Amino acid sequence: MTLTYNNEDKFISIEGIARRYPKAGGGETTIFDDLWFSMNRGEFSCIIGHSGCGKTTVLNILAGLELPEDGVAVVDGKAIEGPSLDRAVIFQSHALLPWRTVLGNVSFAIASKWPNWSQEKIRDQAMRFIEKVGLKGSELKKPAELSGGMKQRVGIARALSIEPKILLMDEPFSALDALTRGTLQDEVRRICLETGQTAFMITHDVDEAIYLADRIVLMTNGPGAMVAEIVENPLPRDRGRIDLHKQPDYYALRNHLIDFLVTRSRSFKDAIPEGYSKRHPPIVRPTSAPTPKADLSAA
Amino acid sequence: MSNNLTLRASVLSFVILALFLAAWHIATRQTGAVANMDPEYAKLMGLTATTGKSAMPGPFDVAAKIWEHLKNPFYDRGPNDKGLGIQLAFSIGRVMLGYMIAVCVAIPTGFVIGMSPLMSKALNPFIQVMKPISPLAWMPLALYTIKDSSISAIFVIFICSLWPMLINTAFGVASVRKEWLNVARTLEVRPIRKAFTVILPAAAPTILTGMRISIGIAWLVIVAAEMLVGGTGIGYFVWNEWNNLSIVNVIISILVIGLVGMLLDQALARVARLVTYPD
Repeated sequence: MTLTYNNEDKFISIEGIARRYPKAGGGETTIFDDLWFSMNRGEFSCIIGHSGCGKTTVLNILAGLELPEDGVAVVDGKAIEGPSLDRAVIFQSHALLPWRTVLGNVSFAIASKWPNWSQEKIRDQAMRFIEKVGLKGSELKKPAELSGGMKQRVGIARALSIEPKILLMDEPFSALDALTRGTLQDEVRRICLETGQTAFMITHDVDEAIYLADRIVLMTNGPGAMVAEIVENPLPRDRGRIDLHKQPDYYALRNHLIDFLVTRSRSFKDAIPEGYSKRHPPIVRPTSAPTPKADLSAA
Repeated sequence: MSNNLTLRASVLSFVILALFLAAWHIATRQTGAVANMDPEYAKLMGLTATTGKSAMPGPFDVAAKIWEHLKNPFYDRGPNDKGLGIQLAFSIGRVMLGYMIAVCVAIPTGFVIGMSPLMSKALNPFIQVMKPISPLAWMPLALYTIKDSSISAIFVIFICSLWPMLINTAFGVASVRKEWLNVARTLEVRPIRKAFTVILPAAAPTILTGMRISIGIAWLVIVAAEMLVGGTGIGYFVWNEWNNLSIVNVIISILVIGLVGMLLDQALARVARLVTYPD
């Protein structure tokens, strides 16, 4: 196994980042350190792991809201030094400004990205994305008049309207009921496929990850969390949410992920597989074919 | 249902008012007992002793006087005899001036304190000491330094309006939700734009609450301040009418002070409703 590292095609590259917090009684807690993984352009990545493993911290570092103590996160060849309009965030709590209408919230983002645009141009752009998330007719409502799902749609429209290089999502659907979550997953997948949007999402929901993600980053429990492996989604690109479970590799993938969340996320640290390298986490492609489960050679 | 409640509440209010007026009327009727005394002495004793009439006016006396004031609120017959309207205008003018200056000082300062934990900690001891000082305690100092009684009254209004607005603005700005600030950060919103488009609207309800508390205090204080500085204003009017032994006018002033205070508060409550956002 070679340790050569090439940046080719890696649109987002997380390179040895570490995040530590001072502990109450002195000393520090290491959330994670020496964390490495990368994402390709146009790819949808999910990160799953238990609470406290630092998923949100990774997302905040990608958003530029937090800075790592060590290491660097590189996007499109540039190290992240702070928040940027190139990276849009969809917040778990939707984070809409309650005194602005739907249109006002989306326009606020657009006016921030393109301060020189005319009022009409901003409005047109906002309406285009409000329509895209299916909220046409509600553009003059305030967030308080919307249901949870509609609020999150506004959050999605706001994030997409600035045409970001990367869409960052922090469990965007976790507060929604199952039906609404399903339709929003469909919308997000459709939009991301249509526009070739690079996306990174935190989730707890294994099925959500299977449906949406091209690659799933598995993070072990914190403190001292590690990327155990990166799972490639073997399901076809034209998969549907409803018949996901009919796909031949569905159960292989699902069992692999559940197995990780239930046992390996805890035990991984004590039994690190031979040849494991933090810098090149193994890439795994679980299929129902009786091939070796883990392919430890880095791609 | 709520309509019905409003109606019943109005009826009850009216009944309470009627009962109060009736009790007042009965309590201030002729008291009867008239002492038999030397007419020279009777002249010194006043109406209570000679005719049995209470010196406390009844509701009809007050109503008649109110009508008189309403017919001619803005007359000016020299320094000690001005219409109620003029006196009120002086008081409201002073309150508005002092209050507006306080708004201009308190809101920007509160913003700075709310945004900067350093400034907040540094200024906190001063605010804590200054806040509990009765505004009238500043009066001698104001009179000495400003050397103008009218401006001193405005200064007293300024100083008493300042603290609630300052503290509420700082608190409102400091407690703007982190997620809204993060939205602004990820959208790379410039500080000035962030202040006006995110922080100010988010803190506006808290700021307005401070402004409402301030206007209430200012209106309380102006009466006392004008009693001290004299010359014009509703506070001066009350004291002047007390010296004239015109209890009717004193009662009318009390009523009017209450009404104006209520209107000022309601005006700000209306503004507060405009900036409040449902969450």
